[in-house]
Amino acid sequence: MSRPKGVQLMEGNHACAWGAIDAGARFYAGYPITPSSEIAEVCARELPGYGGTYIQMEDEIGSMAAIVGASLSGKKSFTATSGPGFSLMQENLGVGIYQEAPCVLVDIQRVGPATGLATQPAQADVMQARWGTHGDHPIIALSPASVQEMYYLTIRAFNLAERFRSPVILLGDQVVGQTYENIALPDPDSLEIMDRKKPIVPPEEYLPYQYDEEDLVPPMAAYGDKHILHASSTCHCETGYSNFKYGTNRQLLTRLKNKIYNYIDEIIDVEYFGPEDADVTLISFGSSSRVCKYAVGLAEKEGIKVNLLRLISIWPFPDREVQQALARTGAAVVAEMNQGQLIGEVNRVNTTNTPVHLASGIDGELIRPEIIMTSIREAVK
Amino acid sequence: MAVKLSYREYFKEEALPLMWCAGCGNGILLRAITDALADLEIPPHQVVVSTGIGCWGKADDYMKTHGFHGSHGRALAFGTGIKLGNPDLHVLALMGDGDALAIGGNHFIHAARRNIDITAIISNNFTYGMTGGQYSPTTPLSYKTTTSPVGVAEPAFDVCGLAEECGANYVARSTVYHVTQLKRFIAAAIQKKGFTVVEAINTCPTHFGRRNIPGDSVEMMEYVKNLSVPKSRYEKMDEEEKAKHLVTGELVNKDRPDFLSVYREINSVESESGRGEGK
Repeated sequence: MSRPKGVQLMEGNHACAWGAIDAGARFYAGYPITPSSEIAEVCARELPGYGGTYIQMEDEIGSMAAIVGASLSGKKSFTATSGPGFSLMQENLGVGIYQEAPCVLVDIQRVGPATGLATQPAQADVMQARWGTHGDHPIIALSPASVQEMYYLTIRAFNLAERFRSPVILLGDQVVGQTYENIALPDPDSLEIMDRKKPIVPPEEYLPYQYDEEDLVPPMAAYGDKHILHASSTCHCETGYSNFKYGTNRQLLTRLKNKIYNYIDEIIDVEYFGPEDADVTLISFGSSSRVCKYAVGLAEKEGIKVNLLRLISIWPFPDREVQQALARTGAAVVAEMNQGQLIGEVNRVNTTNTPVHLASGIDGELIRPEIIMTSIREAVK
Repeated sequence: MAVKLSYREYFKEEALPLMWCAGCGNGILLRAITDALADLEIPPHQVVVSTGIGCWGKADDYMKTHGFHGSHGRALAFGTGIKLGNPDLHVLALMGDGDALAIGGNHFIHAARRNIDITAIISNNFTYGMTGGQYSPTTPLSYKTTTSPVGVAEPAFDVCGLAEECGANYVARSTVYHVTQLKRFIAAAIQKKGFTVVEAINTCPTHFGRRNIPGDSVEMMEYVKNLSVPKSRYEKMDEEEKAKHLVTGELVNKDRPDFLSVYREINSVESESGRGEGK
């Protein structure tokens, strides 16, 4: 097999794998799980041809560990999983965040908790993506809504990982992962690809966690370089070695947060759909947002003016964009395939006290338009 | 003439004094590793130590090679990514008995089965030292710990036996008493391609010794010395005697192709650049 040419009918998971390869990923470690396994299958088939390596680890704990390790050896690395596997990856996701190892974790969400409905969609890992690993930490998460976006947001996830020296989560779901749509993969040379900053100082002056003031990101050596890289899951200072002095932890956690939140505009990505002014604004993400677009039309037929704010990046939460949308609408409906996770964040930034309703799809299928319409009608009552 | 390297090229002297208790053998093991690296003249930047969590998990802080300190039990899983990310590296996974056999047992089994080119150096002190002396998978049956106050009800794991059964290329056991032998085994393990294991029986007078071995840290060292017997003597022992001892020496030494060699051959990958497809 080789890289698909021309317009192809392609599955979202396949598009994700090709996005990763085009972004420069050369290492995949994973453990098969429905509905994400096709990403592993494409990588197993294609990576050797690119000089890369696929390894099927003994579990998702080891998979996440391996991609962090490969990242520090200088490779762009990633893994893909779903619900139960995402839970197991939380441990070493934290290690990756703390050691600032750029890598991408794809979560093709399915119904949980536990085994749940293994082949059916949900969007119930929103909060796990944000807070699943223990301790204070920032995270970047993107939410694709189509096969096209499975490709392009995977590339963006790698670019953000490299730019911010952080793991990035691609939070898909069974619908976007296993839907087939037409896509034409672009010429890889036409893509804008980011690579991590390498040290410019001589090896003897290199401190692996000494950051640049301009972006708070430390230049990154790779294992094998003469610049010695010491990466620790223990509180560390700029040398990378353990440091338990008062103040070190505050300094480290503050920088980890600021290196992302001070540059949030480089991450935030939203789409506005429908009329500028509306009686009701839908707020949604991923596959649910596609049903929202359909609902905008349905509402129009009922004489209700509805628009949509789609969150393409969901973590860090786009506070400003959501706040502004709430300020200029009569009411909001948050449509998500869970019992209400994103809505908590919407309410947090609701300084205008705009009425906010939930449209909750927890039926193990793509949220039905009727569920969203019921919430819209309730909102204009 | 080349200048012989010293362990000081690998050991971070400014970290002294090390946090390990008086009488703990981890310092001896660390010296054996750094001596072995110096003997083999492997430049420090070609070495990555991947450590677990616990007393022995502190070892990376005392090394000047590349270092990776990850999560409990995962040194081999991180190490797998490190090695496959840059196959030219010498990856040393430094694990305690809990790291290697309890929480990380699954990674240990599969690293050996895969025959990934990593050297696992296990400091086995029969207890969880850092957390206060609870029983581990290698605590001998009926021995006392803080969570087995009247004796542990589980039999101990044979680290080397497990590694052998799972397919490791090289398996050796020594002790922190037998320093020269220990260093020799570590050097042999590092040189051997594939998954290699050196188990170093270690002393923990603070926790394990206090509850089980009469006397002080010197007696603890005596205990470790007397516990171990070379293969030639061990094989002549009856089952009852064998159960009271641990066999030392090179227990496995073979040349099964390592994971990456097999992977590359099967996938027709000649080099890092792949089969020439894509970019």
